[in-house]
Amino acid sequence: MPAPVITLNHVSKVYSNGTVALQDMNMTIQEGQFVSLVGPSGCGKSTVLRLVAGLGHLTTGSIEWGKNLEKDAPRGEPKLAFVFQEPALMPWATVMDNVRLPLKLAGEPKPKADRDVLEALQLVGLRGFERSFPRELSGGMRMRVSIARALVTKPQVLLMDEPFGALDEITRSKLNSDLLELWQEKRWTVLFVTHNIYEAVYLSNRVVVMAARPGRVVADIPIDAPYPRSEDFRTSSLYNNYCREVSARLQEAMHGSAQDPYLRPPSAGRLR
Amino acid sequence: MFDPLIHLLDPLRRWLGSLVGLGEGWPLHWPDWALPKLTGAVEEKLRSQPTDEADMPSAGSGRPAKGLDLSRWFNLEVIAPVIVGILFLVGWEVAVRVTGVPHYLLPGPILVAQTLVRDWGTLFPSLLITVQITVVAFLAATVSGLLVSIVFTQSKWIERSFFPYAVILQTMPIVSIAPLIIIWLRNNTFAAMVVCAWIVAFFPILSNTTLGLNSADHNLLNLFQLYKANRWQTLIYLRLPSAMPYFMGGLRISGGLSLIGAVVAEFVAGTGGQRAGIAYQILISSFNLQVPRMFAALILVTGLGILIFVSLSALSDRVLGKWHESAVRREN
Ligand SMILES: Nc1ncnc2c1ncn2[C@@H]1O[C@H](COP(=O)(O)OP(=O)(O)OP(=O)(O)O)[C@@H](O)[C@H]1O
Ligand SMILES: [Mg+2]
Repeated sequence: MPAPVITLNHVSKVYSNGTVALQDMNMTIQEGQFVSLVGPSGCGKSTVLRLVAGLGHLTTGSIEWGKNLEKDAPRGEPKLAFVFQEPALMPWATVMDNVRLPLKLAGEPKPKADRDVLEALQLVGLRGFERSFPRELSGGMRMRVSIARALVTKPQVLLMDEPFGALDEITRSKLNSDLLELWQEKRWTVLFVTHNIYEAVYLSNRVVVMAARPGRVVADIPIDAPYPRSEDFRTSSLYNNYCREVSARLQEAMHGSAQDPYLRPPSAGRLR
Repeated sequence: MFDPLIHLLDPLRRWLGSLVGLGEGWPLHWPDWALPKLTGAVEEKLRSQPTDEADMPSAGSGRPAKGLDLSRWFNLEVIAPVIVGILFLVGWEVAVRVTGVPHYLLPGPILVAQTLVRDWGTLFPSLLITVQITVVAFLAATVSGLLVSIVFTQSKWIERSFFPYAVILQTMPIVSIAPLIIIWLRNNTFAAMVVCAWIVAFFPILSNTTLGLNSADHNLLNLFQLYKANRWQTLIYLRLPSAMPYFMGGLRISGGLSLIGAVVAEFVAGTGGQRAGIAYQILISSFNLQVPRMFAALILVTGLGILIFVSLSALSDRVLGKWHESAVRREN
């Protein structure tokens, strides 16, 4: 029986300029789940991730962490890693130094850190590029470095904010299957933001659809397809049905919020 | 970007080549940026060779290695301004001789050069004094600018409270406060001048470095926060490296300004004696209507300014370019 890892209780977020980014958001993520957040632009997906990562204050509500996790912080959160939409690498540092950063900040001794870094680079398939600088890598390779930097701390929870949004289709699907393989091996809990429905369905065992103004959950669709998911899964009818369903919910969410945000009560669109 | 320029310049290059009598092939090499255009096909072949990793843009990989470093200096970029300069000097000399302007109004360049050689014994030691003032003020401005900007970025409130005063310090005309400083520090003229030059040179470093420290990538700042980096770690591993290009830009501006500050201070102080700077020599020469000597001193000051600018540019290129290399060497 998997235990809840992250629980959002009635979370609201109002930015200082008055934007209501999230209103009364509830969501529970179980251990080992791969959850994708999809929704129209500006619906607060990044805000959810930032709040979960502790990079900002909640206006109301709370975020709770599972009880039986190995904790490493005074806030009582497990080991987190964040992958941003941009690779966010330090241009003046080599791949090795970039990936080593989290360990260096934690004060880990260098020989041990170096072993972990090499291992992480191995995982993302970038061995041999330790001494390259970010400017010498392609966009996909930079993203891999960014992922290696996230994995090097051996996190329990992985937060990814449209990590492959800027990549071409071929690189994206390659990184998707690589990520899925790693996830099956390491069993992280993943919260993955994307605007790509196909990517969301392919990767996740749960797709959460959000609506904008104010940001809220409107649908929570379990994807009951077994892992490992091969490339064949992408052409199966099961996959297509799920994509159609997510797409329909997304359409609803967009029209519901864009045209008559106040005519329907906030909970009406929520499908559980 | 330079391609249209090359087409425009090519006939000019040929013409200059024939003029100097070195034939059409002159100058032997274009500056680096023109190379991919000229040897495009060859480069392409070189590039597609198997060595995948060694394919980084290492300097001069496609350059014909003739071992002629001199050829770098014999290109259009260097020759053209030199020719303009020579033409100007010749024109000046001819104009002075033809019109018969008296020396105390406008000396010819030859007379100025003669004066420079004759008065070298008094002018050069004065120049060294000015160099001392400039260098000490510049170093002080660099260190203080860097430290103050670091303090500023530790707290928005400190920055908000003190930055206006830094601006005021900057906007006060140095000519008008220099006498005050000289009165306050009347026992130590050297220190007074250093302070004046420092006031002028301080602000660009402060404002540039503050801007640089604050312009670290916000995703990286978030990342540092996520991994619970403390202030020091964020400063040393993120903010300072991000500020490096800005800091170097500040240095280049302040280098020239500290010389200007030193010269202005010397003018205002007007003290002679053992420790008189080059500006004092200009002042004295003007009192005595020794205009050729004024010109000679002026040449020295200008030369010093150019030297400062060129060496700071070289330093900047070195630091920002070496950045990577030094990191690589640290690896093993
Ligand atoms: N720092 C901020 N200050 C004020 N408003 C903000 C800030 N960050 C986000 N917002 C607002 O909050 C809302 C949600 O933003 P958020 O970045 O979470 O959207 P998103 O779902 O990630 O969108 P996208 O898919 O375009 O990345 C938007 O309306 C945005 O304008
Ligand atoms: Mg976003």
